[in-house]
Amino acid sequence: MFWRARRLKQEGVLGLNMRNGEYILRFNPRSRYPLVDDKLRTKQLALQANIAVPPLYGVIRTQHDIRLLPDIVREHPQFVLKPAHGSAGDGIVVIAGRSGSRYRTIGGTLLDEESLAHHLSNAINGQFSLGGVQDVVIVEYMVQFSPVFESLSYQGVPDIRVIVFRGIPIMAMVRLPTRASGGKANLHQGAVGAGIDLATGVTLTGVLGTEVITHHPDTGNPIAGVKVPDWDTMLDIAARCYELTGLGYIGVDIVLDRDRGPLVLELNARPGLAIQIANRQGLLRRLQICEQRADFNAPPAERVAFAKQAFKHPVAAA
Amino acid sequence: MNNRHIYILAALLTVLGIGLFTYKAKVLGFPVRPQQQTQTWTIEAALRFDPGPAAVKATLRIPSLTPGYSLLDENFISRGFGVTTYIAPAGREAQWSVRQAAGPQTMYYRAVVYRDETRLAEDTTPPFPTPPELDEASQLALEALIAEVRRQSADVASFTVQLLRRINQGDQDPYVRVFLKRGDTQADRAQLATMLLAGAQIPARVAHGVFLRSAPGAVQPESILEVHDGVQWLYFNPTTLQQGLPPDFLIWWRGDDPIAEVTGGSNLDVTLAVQENLLPAMVVAERRAEQSGSHAVDFSLFALPIATQAVYSVLLMIPIGALVIVLLRNFVGVKTFGTFMPVLIALAFRETRLVWGILLFAIIVALGLLIRFYLEKLRLLLVPRLTCVLTVVVLLMVAISIVSQKLGLQPGLSLALFPMVIISMTIERMSIVWEERGASEAIQEGIGSLIVAAIAYLVMGIAWLEHLMFVFPELLLLVIVGALLAGRYTGYRLLELRRFKGVLPEHLAQ
Repeated sequence: MFWRARRLKQEGVLGLNMRNGEYILRFNPRSRYPLVDDKLRTKQLALQANIAVPPLYGVIRTQHDIRLLPDIVREHPQFVLKPAHGSAGDGIVVIAGRSGSRYRTIGGTLLDEESLAHHLSNAINGQFSLGGVQDVVIVEYMVQFSPVFESLSYQGVPDIRVIVFRGIPIMAMVRLPTRASGGKANLHQGAVGAGIDLATGVTLTGVLGTEVITHHPDTGNPIAGVKVPDWDTMLDIAARCYELTGLGYIGVDIVLDRDRGPLVLELNARPGLAIQIANRQGLLRRLQICEQRADFNAPPAERVAFAKQAFKHPVAAA
Repeated sequence: MNNRHIYILAALLTVLGIGLFTYKAKVLGFPVRPQQQTQTWTIEAALRFDPGPAAVKATLRIPSLTPGYSLLDENFISRGFGVTTYIAPAGREAQWSVRQAAGPQTMYYRAVVYRDETRLAEDTTPPFPTPPELDEASQLALEALIAEVRRQSADVASFTVQLLRRINQGDQDPYVRVFLKRGDTQADRAQLATMLLAGAQIPARVAHGVFLRSAPGAVQPESILEVHDGVQWLYFNPTTLQQGLPPDFLIWWRGDDPIAEVTGGSNLDVTLAVQENLLPAMVVAERRAEQSGSHAVDFSLFALPIATQAVYSVLLMIPIGALVIVLLRNFVGVKTFGTFMPVLIALAFRETRLVWGILLFAIIVALGLLIRFYLEKLRLLLVPRLTCVLTVVVLLMVAISIVSQKLGLQPGLSLALFPMVIISMTIERMSIVWEERGASEAIQEGIGSLIVAAIAYLVMGIAWLEHLMFVFPELLLLVIVGALLAGRYTGYRLLELRRFKGVLPEHLAQ
């Protein structure tokens, strides 16, 4: 057991305690959490900084606003309902179209007006927010599936998670929805995570739960070797999100839209650690390389250049 | 906040906690173990005499300097006599007096003593004794005896032993024979030794006392010789020559006088008795603190009303339970519903016992979940729905209590202490996790919570720990220390070792 701990340390694996104690507590000032915990504020900040996000259709703030939903989405047959304070993808409903008066979710379930309203009311009352505080629901553009990951997704839209340490992208993965995850790109719910070589944007092996896998469980296609388009743009967006929030250790969730290119979905001030298994590499090693060699005050383009040079897969021990 | 700061704070708190604990445990004798009892002895002297026609005065020598023992309590019992105690040159004395008394009189002195290692023979170095005044023959014998004994000895101790040996030979010793006139009891020998030692300029005195052994009926006082070697008092048994104070010997009075005297009366008879008892250690510690003027007891939980004490004895265990949660979450990595929910469940288990507690908890949560899923269909707003769940939980508890009463099952009744609000929140959280992440994760987290609650219950149920926390609440500072140190633990959690094994290159995909 101690042998395993020593090996993990040698491989520079970051544990939860160290992530919380040494990085989140140190580099993420509490006062800035609301910027990322409230997805509406993140969206507004990103727009100000010229970072592309899914367009906002409307916001449902009160019980009363729920009846405005049909008006908000009149022009948009497809849309996403997202609690602004939801965590880990809880409470997100993706509507892919309509059948008569009913809404059809991406998973194929039909919801009538009433059940959607109930969901919205739950969300507003804080069912999905941390600590159950009152919430608002964002109604936004449904991202259009980019064909790149078609062979590696079961319904839903894959998204790309980049860990950014004080402005430097240090590790990335793409999260691929599966049948088990219900089309959601959430590792907790059974999505596959696939590591990405930071230098080239090419996928590596995947992880399902805690197990390393090489093929997508539903489509059966090999996970490794897929080149993520617009990779440099994604790294640039991720790096700039540091200036946006002032948070030193974040996960930037980017989605690739067929028409609009990379869009920032949300930022996470407590990004998970499964990305290490997807990359089969430890985060701690890369964090330490940054702390030893990186210039954190450089402009975003230089920080990206540093990341691409320093974190070409596989990254050896410093 | 750097680590050094935390280590210093932790060290300070540790020193404070352990220091207070040690002071209370060692100096004040607060019991470290539950139901600890301190051995105490009740010593009793009964004086009987026939009063004369005039005023009567009875004097009893009572314990004052008692190396190895402390006085817990004492009282004087008599009928119609006035009692005063005062310090006489040889020690404390009690005097009963009455102007007129009729018929045989009995009065009692009763004291409770307990062993106290800190109590030493603390009196000051005595002056050199004045040599005894003797006739010429005795004087010559004395000088010769001293010269001979001195030749055969090296220091005060060996001198005394040598001298006592000669005294014990009695008639066979040519010098000692000169002094042997007054009888031959142990006390007489000790008295003789003090006189001879005075001739050699060595301060000595006779101490009388009793052996603290539970004995039925009267005990006889025994004498022991105290000799001062210039630094400390040495003790010698005049008969066996054994050196040192026997550990169970209580010195009652000193000097050549008898234990009691009566003026204005006759037929004085004194009987001594010893009775061993066990008192709760806390009682002894409280008295002792009182006597030493310490406020430790005034500011302890024992100063509170009994009902409040009972509440605190439970409350003081909550931090211990929380520490268990810290260990299980940050070092093992177990997931639970709500941070401290398992502690509250564990508190409820105290009443129901573990197996019943788990069973009842599972039943309530399962039934509550069923109701919750049904309520989901009704599409209620969040707070009204929570209220419904809470009410249902209370009703379920009532129902289970009534049914178990009918069935004659006792544990069902103690259900009332279950934290129903916490259970309602658990049901709500669980149903959300159930819907969002699937049944397996919800059940896993539920079982995780129960296991943590069970462990917390077992730890919080350790009677010794509960006793320690109650008697020494300052030990909670150590809980803070534990939490401080755990708060800076940045190593892996036990379950992470398994979780991250896929990162290791040697662990390849099958």
